[in-house]
Amino acid sequence: MVPTSHYLVLSAALFTIGVIGVLTRRNIMIILMSIELMMNAVNINLIAFSDRLQQVTGQVFAIFVITVAAAEAAVGLGIVIAMFKNKETMNINEIDLMKW
Amino acid sequence: MLETVLFYVFATIAVVSAIFVISRPNVVHSAMFLAATLLAVAGIFLTLHAEFLAGVQVIVYVGGILVLFVFVIMLIAVNRSQSERQFNRQWTLAIVTATILSVEFAYVIFKGQDSLVLPPKVVTPAIPVAGNSQLVGTALYTTYLLPFEIASILLLVAMVGAVVLAKKKTASED
Repeated sequence: MVPTSHYLVLSAALFTIGVIGVLTRRNIMIILMSIELMMNAVNINLIAFSDRLQQVTGQVFAIFVITVAAAEAAVGLGIVIAMFKNKETMNINEIDLMKW
Repeated sequence: MLETVLFYVFATIAVVSAIFVISRPNVVHSAMFLAATLLAVAGIFLTLHAEFLAGVQVIVYVGGILVLFVFVIMLIAVNRSQSERQFNRQWTLAIVTATILSVEFAYVIFKGQDSLVLPPKVVTPAIPVAGNSQLVGTALYTTYLLPFEIASILLLVAMVGAVVLAKKKTASED
């Protein structure tokens, strides 16, 4: 029996890796992938507590998180394609049209 | 015992591939390591007795979202981006932020560890409990019916949005 805190440590580790990816990388595809990593970390937490409390609510919420992740990926990749048509780059430092 | 071993194996795979996802210069390699992470997370769902979620994870994430990523990489991948600098100039600040975040996580988990001890084993009921999919389905279609419908509208809006964003401009719009 694995204690719940180990699942929380795993989830925290994955979330932190995702944060580092979002903050440090310049390639927009990898930033989107890091966001998926962070959503997975949240799902592990939800399901660990669902198992710990013997309630199915956590799993239902995890399904909603996956739904939002799918919607986010579809719209995010649509934006990437639209942006690439205009600027021919995947580098976020060159996408500064709205930067003051 | 098997559960414990499987948890540590899957956890190691997940964390190591996640580190590779954010450190590889090649986007396609990152996508493949992301697939490894997602499959390992599906395995972790199995050790948590969430069989339905493990299936959804494999079908939706690996079969759907990741394939979408790979398609977009195929459409727009520029070889130029590989030879460029991969990390931001502000990476020191980012590392500081991540360190603060992990210290916070460590503090909270350490403080709350006592409240996470498992309760005494529940006596198994005489009637066999329903399967995981049945439990999730019942909750989804009774208690959480309204959020479920809202999620379906969200997916519809996202689909329309993605089509509008990615379509070619018609002559009348120019």
